[in-house]
Amino acid sequence: MNKTISIDGKTIPFKTGQTIIEAATAAGVYIPHLCHNPDYKPHGSCKLCTVKINGRNCSACTFPATEGQEILNKTPELENDRRKITQMLFVEGNHFCPSCEQSGNCQLQGLGYYLSMKDNHFPHFFANRELDASHPELLIDHNRCIFCNLCVRASQQSDGKNVFVISGRGINKRLTVNSTTGKLKDSNISVDDCAAQICPTGAILKKRTAYAVPIGQRLYDTKKIDEIALEQENKE
Amino acid sequence: MSDKIRIATTSLAGCFGCHMSFLDIDERLLKLAALVEFDRSPITDIEHCTNCDIGLIEGGVCNSENVHVLREFRKNCKLLVAVGACSINGGLPAMRNHISVEDCLNESYIDGIGVENPQIPNDPELPLLLDKVYPIHEIVKVDYYLPGCPPSADVFWAFLTDVIEGREPNLPYELLHYD
Repeated sequence: MNKTISIDGKTIPFKTGQTIIEAATAAGVYIPHLCHNPDYKPHGSCKLCTVKINGRNCSACTFPATEGQEILNKTPELENDRRKITQMLFVEGNHFCPSCEQSGNCQLQGLGYYLSMKDNHFPHFFANRELDASHPELLIDHNRCIFCNLCVRASQQSDGKNVFVISGRGINKRLTVNSTTGKLKDSNISVDDCAAQICPTGAILKKRTAYAVPIGQRLYDTKKIDEIALEQENKE
Repeated sequence: MSDKIRIATTSLAGCFGCHMSFLDIDERLLKLAALVEFDRSPITDIEHCTNCDIGLIEGGVCNSENVHVLREFRKNCKLLVAVGACSINGGLPAMRNHISVEDCLNESYIDGIGVENPQIPNDPELPLLLDKVYPIHEIVKVDYYLPGCPPSADVFWAFLTDVIEGREPNLPYELLHYD
């Protein structure tokens, strides 16, 4: 007999070893996320995939599915929590969408739209973050980094390199480049690396490719992130 | 006083792009004019607002005059609306926020490329710059937000028709943009 869990009353089969988000994605149920990518080990840091499992809040990307779990996902309470988390991500960095090359194709922005986020609610940090434009083909704008760890994991797990690391704690947390100068130009990253392409925001960008797609035809202009994520992640 | 809904609008640290976008409702302006009356606004040149139903604020708060105008709007408008990216998060003017006001002024009026007769303007008529550009919700209570840079004409139309017809405003997915 198939083992199943229940998400918002819907019965969903799972295989032993699958996390809740993996089982949900395979069954066509979207759980919002930013730091999760099915190609990499879960990190559990963005907390957007928080679901209520048998009455307790847990991260769906790290929590293993087990027989009979009663899971709440798309409830007003959880969507409200997710909107607050997204607002905190926006005020902690400097996310000025109108001047960002990634606008329209940005997962953070797409999630804001999905959650009907109209304002940032909290007082803004207006943090002073650096820009690293040293590499001839790639750019790091630390203003937009949300510390999802995806570039760190992609570099280690896909590219067989170790270009990035998250250093520091709390408000001093920073994406750091493993090179003698700390500059991207002195690292061994290549423009074709998975790490160079995986950023869910506009923190790591390929130079000279910006604004190629007109407004109205970009990824999240007309299609919601739930539909796009399910399509992409089930293809992989 | 007529029964028409009274709207006031202003641009603080904005570029008037949101006002231009508002005017992009084109011929719907005629329908709107039948239902609403404009109080203080760049459209009317009325200097102070009184007893308005809706206040539309474009731009963030960058100087002392912006604070006074914003407080006047809050005091006189039942529904205060942050219109556009700058009023919501400070927008592009807020990109000066990690630079000191002194450095900003020096760069613009003293050391900048092509500056002639360098001097920092200090006429008493000029409002003083604040240390930062603030989103308006950090200064007064805001009732509703219309994101976008600018919000499209359809956003203005959807919001105003919802309010005028007594519905809670609701922006559908295709009208929600941060750019």
